[in-house]
Amino acid sequence: MGGEEKREFWRWTESNWRNPDIDWKNARYITVGIDVGSVSSQAVIMADGQIFAYGSMRTGSDSPNSARNALAFALEATDMPGDRMDYCVGTGYGRVNVPMADRSITEIACHARGANFIYGPQVRTVLDVGGQDIKAIQCDEKGKVTNFLMNDKCAAGTGRGMEVFADLLGVSINEVGDRSFQVDEEPEAVASTCVVYAKSEATGLLRRGWSRERVLAAYCRAMAERIYSIVRRMGVIPEFAVTGGMAKNRGVMERLMPLIGLKRMETEWDTQIAGAVGAALFGYALCQKGKGREK
Amino acid sequence: MITAGIDCGAKNTRTVILKEGEVVGKGMVSTGFDQEKAVKGSFDQALKMAGITRDDIEKIGGTGSGRNAISVADIEVNDIKALARAANFFFPGARTVVDVGAEEARAVKIGDKGNVVNFAVNEKCAAGAGAFIEAMARALEVSLEEMGPLSLQSDKQIPMNAQCVIFAESEVVSMIHARTAKSDISKAIHDAMASRIGAMIRRVGVKEEVVMLGGVGHNPGFVESMRRELKVEKICVPEEPGFGAAVGAAIVAAEQA
Amino acid sequence: MLASYGYGDGSGDYFITIDTDKCDGCGECVSACPAHVFVVVDEDPNDPLREEPVAMVAAGKRKKIKYECGPCKPASGRPTLPCVEACKAEAISHSW
Repeated sequence: MGGEEKREFWRWTESNWRNPDIDWKNARYITVGIDVGSVSSQAVIMADGQIFAYGSMRTGSDSPNSARNALAFALEATDMPGDRMDYCVGTGYGRVNVPMADRSITEIACHARGANFIYGPQVRTVLDVGGQDIKAIQCDEKGKVTNFLMNDKCAAGTGRGMEVFADLLGVSINEVGDRSFQVDEEPEAVASTCVVYAKSEATGLLRRGWSRERVLAAYCRAMAERIYSIVRRMGVIPEFAVTGGMAKNRGVMERLMPLIGLKRMETEWDTQIAGAVGAALFGYALCQKGKGREK
Repeated sequence: MITAGIDCGAKNTRTVILKEGEVVGKGMVSTGFDQEKAVKGSFDQALKMAGITRDDIEKIGGTGSGRNAISVADIEVNDIKALARAANFFFPGARTVVDVGAEEARAVKIGDKGNVVNFAVNEKCAAGAGAFIEAMARALEVSLEEMGPLSLQSDKQIPMNAQCVIFAESEVVSMIHARTAKSDISKAIHDAMASRIGAMIRRVGVKEEVVMLGGVGHNPGFVESMRRELKVEKICVPEEPGFGAAVGAAIVAAEQA
Repeated sequence: MLASYGYGDGSGDYFITIDTDKCDGCGECVSACPAHVFVVVDEDPNDPLREEPVAMVAAGKRKKIKYECGPCKPASGRPTLPCVEACKAEAISHSW
């Protein structure tokens, strides 16, 4: 990642939060889930399977420190000592490099479990579009994965693909969504799937006199179609929920949802903590099964 | 008999004029965003070199991804067929043809008369085409011309994880930060590319002689990586591999004249 | 669970799907595949509470299965894929 600070990715605020209704001292098991993603990292602290606190921040240049920082940030919101933790599960792109984790579990499993908690047991399809991948997951009422498909090979449709276009057009990533609707007429999608070829296609469109907004609209549409093609391959069963950074880009989401033909579920929780919530829940399940840390 | 072949590719447009089985005129301009202009430019260059006019040419074959823009063409030549004929023209012993252009790669298995036996194509993904090496050269901050010679200086084997141009750019940047030598990175790039193209070639079967056409054939680092990947003695590359498809189109035009 | 490993890119979609409800982790696919695409793990990382062996596509192969599987999918003719043939439980399918 090289620590290029000029990159302003999805504007989500680094935040931590503590649940005022929970006293950690009464909890039997304190479990922690840490999701180190390519762009952001989250730590969720759960008390007997309920969210007690969390911290969400930008991923740094290395996974171990990103994990430590996210956990420290979550703990900062509480009065709980860090060593109270009974079990810790790492997930996400950097999951094998979470130093305090007792084990790692894939983001597929954690996202399904986390979405089940955050959105409720009705959720059957979870779409997660992150900085470097697209995940489509079907799960049952318990949040167990029944079908999944992940694409982390190709940048098309991912946050990185959007970022390449924001750079090309000189439009801040935060404005992409709104600017893409500043067109008189919705253009056809950029035809190339490959980001490299889409980029040269876009350069051609600009030379032909297209406005940057129009090119953005054409690319957001291409992103939506790309994401849809991944989801469609797996199949969509209602209820449908979206997690990950792309959920916050209306330029893509408002073009994607009509293709899917369903409404997105809503939640009061920050959808970016879904993976870490799932990880902490797995930790809780393992503790309950007597498979927690040996004391 | 005089015929011409025009190959309007993603990056360059090339014309070849063939007289009794000999190349008498050549022209090349970069395609840019105006294909018709590029076609005319390369055609005019070739006519000038041959010292002839349009009327002296019996038949013109057009090929390449922008073949629809070649209004002067009398016939449209299938690109696979063009490559097969060209490989046979340059190297009569050719049995496997690899063509790596800016945006596409193809593998063709051919018979002793330059007939197509079987082929496989990679398109629409830059990781399997010349665009990959170009983007990596930019990330490495060296010119495309330097990439090959740099790569030949290295004997290290460094695997690349990313299979997408966009992600590979970040991987190359991390390698630079980790102080990996540019020659080693360059070789890793060519090896990664050769393993993808090699897999495509194996789908048609590797049979010597292996001929490489397409602009990427100018890159000795890639040719060497490809040779190692295919485990063959040598890969035959004509002097100007990029003109392969245009030569083939001119040959097919002659066959049909 | 239908576990699809692989990817889609501009050139097409390339997924190997393993039906983990059918797969018993016997490992026949592992030895049948000339490109070493499959591995059997004791515990499914996508289903951590299951605790039975299961086949997966090896992590290092997932981003290049189009290429790894290429030799078994010649440009002319399509013999039965060795992995599909080896799997008695009929748990393996290819999307392309």
